[in-house]
Amino acid sequence: MTGKKPVFNPQILNHPPVEQTGVEERTVRFTKRSIKGPSKMQGLHMVLSMIDLTTLEGKDTPGKVSQLCTKALHLHDQIPGLPTVAAICVYPSMVSIAKKALKGSRINVASVATAFPSGQSSLRIKLADTRLAVEAGADEVDMVISRGKFLAGEYAYVFDEIASVKEACGTARLKVILETGELGTLDQVRKASSIAIAAGADFIKTSTGKIQPAATLPVTLVMLETIREHYHKTGKKVGMKPAGGISKSKLALHYLVMVKETLGDAWLDKHWFRFGASSLANDVLMQVAKETMGNYQSPAYFSID
Amino acid sequence: MATIKKWEYSPAPESKEPAAIANRYELFINGKWVRPTSRNYFNSINPATEEKLSEIATANEADVNKAVQAARQAYDKYWKKLPAAERAKYIFRIARIMQERARELAVTETLDGGKPIRESRDFDIPTAANHFFYYAGWADKLNFAFPNKKVNSLGVVGQITPWNFPLLMAAWKIAPALATGNTVVLKPAETTSLTTIKLAEIIQEADLPPGVVNVITGAGQTGAWLTQHSNIDKIAFTGSTEVGRIIQRTLAGTHKKLTLELGGKGANIIFEDAPIDQAVEGVINGIFFNQGHVCCAGSRVYVQESIAKKFVQQLKNRINTLLVGDPMDKNTDIGAINSAQQLKTIQSYIKIGKAEGADFFESDCALPKKGFFCKPSVFTNVAQSNRIAQEEIFGPVLCILTFRTDEEVIEKANNSPYGLSAGIWTDKGARIFNISKQIRAGVIWANTYNLFDPTSPFGGYKESGFGREGGLQGLQPYVQFVKP
Repeated sequence: MTGKKPVFNPQILNHPPVEQTGVEERTVRFTKRSIKGPSKMQGLHMVLSMIDLTTLEGKDTPGKVSQLCTKALHLHDQIPGLPTVAAICVYPSMVSIAKKALKGSRINVASVATAFPSGQSSLRIKLADTRLAVEAGADEVDMVISRGKFLAGEYAYVFDEIASVKEACGTARLKVILETGELGTLDQVRKASSIAIAAGADFIKTSTGKIQPAATLPVTLVMLETIREHYHKTGKKVGMKPAGGISKSKLALHYLVMVKETLGDAWLDKHWFRFGASSLANDVLMQVAKETMGNYQSPAYFSID
Repeated sequence: MATIKKWEYSPAPESKEPAAIANRYELFINGKWVRPTSRNYFNSINPATEEKLSEIATANEADVNKAVQAARQAYDKYWKKLPAAERAKYIFRIARIMQERARELAVTETLDGGKPIRESRDFDIPTAANHFFYYAGWADKLNFAFPNKKVNSLGVVGQITPWNFPLLMAAWKIAPALATGNTVVLKPAETTSLTTIKLAEIIQEADLPPGVVNVITGAGQTGAWLTQHSNIDKIAFTGSTEVGRIIQRTLAGTHKKLTLELGGKGANIIFEDAPIDQAVEGVINGIFFNQGHVCCAGSRVYVQESIAKKFVQQLKNRINTLLVGDPMDKNTDIGAINSAQQLKTIQSYIKIGKAEGADFFESDCALPKKGFFCKPSVFTNVAQSNRIAQEEIFGPVLCILTFRTDEEVIEKANNSPYGLSAGIWTDKGARIFNISKQIRAGVIWANTYNLFDPTSPFGGYKESGFGREGGLQGLQPYVQFVKP
């Protein structure tokens, strides 16, 4: 972490308006791209490498988490040359388990924090939650913004909270979850994205996965456009993580098309783009197997940890 | 961090097979395919490869006579006597067969005209079928279309369509003409006759009475014979303003009715409070849709000075991401220019623009070696006095002008001999209404551009022509009011 804590500047709220129908029209165009042959294979490999394999349930146990870590390490050993996923995403209490299970690998451990998923707690608790995760060894922290405060217009509060959590993260990379399903309009999504980026987010992320709708193409496009504007203004890159509701390879490839055509190839890297997903990996693996062996295999051949 | 490795889309070509293009096509007169009296055929080529697709009959004056006679006979013998609901059945049938043969039509349209397969597949063909569906519904409801009035059909209508949306324009013309009870002689543009010929096949398959629709192919002279024919009751023409003038002169003093859809130089106005990212897309869609071969293209962009620099930069970045090339590739955004002649016209305007001192920018994309292609390009620092801002280029060339106030942009937008289309981009609803009231254009889009629907009328002011096609208003040019 370099530099000092940023200060809220109301000017970041002056973003251009967002026209929903135009955003939707544009995203439809991404879905019309035909990704075939070598570009499909390359795309599928990229998707695998960008997945944050996630389990965020009340019933999570050390057993479940370490099995998920095994899956992360051995996606489908029958096919050689597959990448590993980018990270495992768990609750703070499970970080040390995941850390141990993934020791020696290049897979990161991400932890949700700040009274995930609602964020309805005090700043003190949220910071303690963050430190809990970081001290247990989390490489990445996925925080939630205070949507209540945001919708009440207390933008400075939301900003300061993100900046404080960022400080508490130390060297861990911070993903800021906007929970776009609760924000109501794309204009609000753009505003929340601007606030998160200005407050120091390393990534902005759509959703917790606990609220519907979770990630959608239009919401993600608006967030990517905010990242693009920030990049053009400051030359600084911010990462993007759509999460929840992306379970099919075809849709994941459409997301990559959108990233490529909005931000460029530089963002097509797990350092700048992630999928928050649990069932996506197996669908991608089935597609890769089909491309490799020429026919679809039964789901029974793919482990479901 | 690892070095960036580019992710390129692999070729995704659509198959040519579904087009099933024959080596030779005859004229469709009186329900039959007949050899032309002229014995002449002309070649139809694929503008993306310059390869010959087929040869097509040239209709001479005798052929035009035969077609008009067949249409007259069909009108008197069956069509005008047929109950309206029966007419509707035929039109519905045409629409359904078009949907069944959609893939064949889309592939043919792209091979013949050079437009991207994505556009012919997702726009041209479905919209054309929708026009038949829409007007089929009106056929037996004309009393509701014109309340308290009694309407009759006109008789035989001559229709001439352009090369930019061949099948769609044929649908725009044939569907309302049939719904209102007229019979038709249609001549498509000579560079893009194939889908209209296939539409004639569909009409034959739909078992329309012979002569109700006749398709005669050929160049400008064939069209001239059609417009000069004394046994025609109406001419509907879509094409250049230059030819529109000739037709209007030809028809002056005759009983023939006339509608003209001519050129345009659409003003696409971007205010400082516009949704910028979507406006950039709207401008791209406004000028690069169908390689800019669109009469309502948003070819004059007016950007408010306070955001001009940022807007132009974003637009240029976006232009560099457009995929230009093989129209048959499903990922192509911009396909081939329709003909060598049109490419020459576009290139001459680019020269003119440079000579006029405007700043020129073009995409850094590579172009295919064969075929007629043009990089998407933009002129900035353009003034009202520049020819490139006044004349229709009909290609992927955009002019960007700036303005300061609402009054100024209204004046500048109206400062054109054309008046077909305009776009307004702003977050203020009141401004949309205020500006659109004062702009003399047939179609005005707000926060979008180039959206079409069969229920919405389309047509121009001033030198963009007169008469409306589409919607309820599109029925009127094909009927006459009679005493109840």
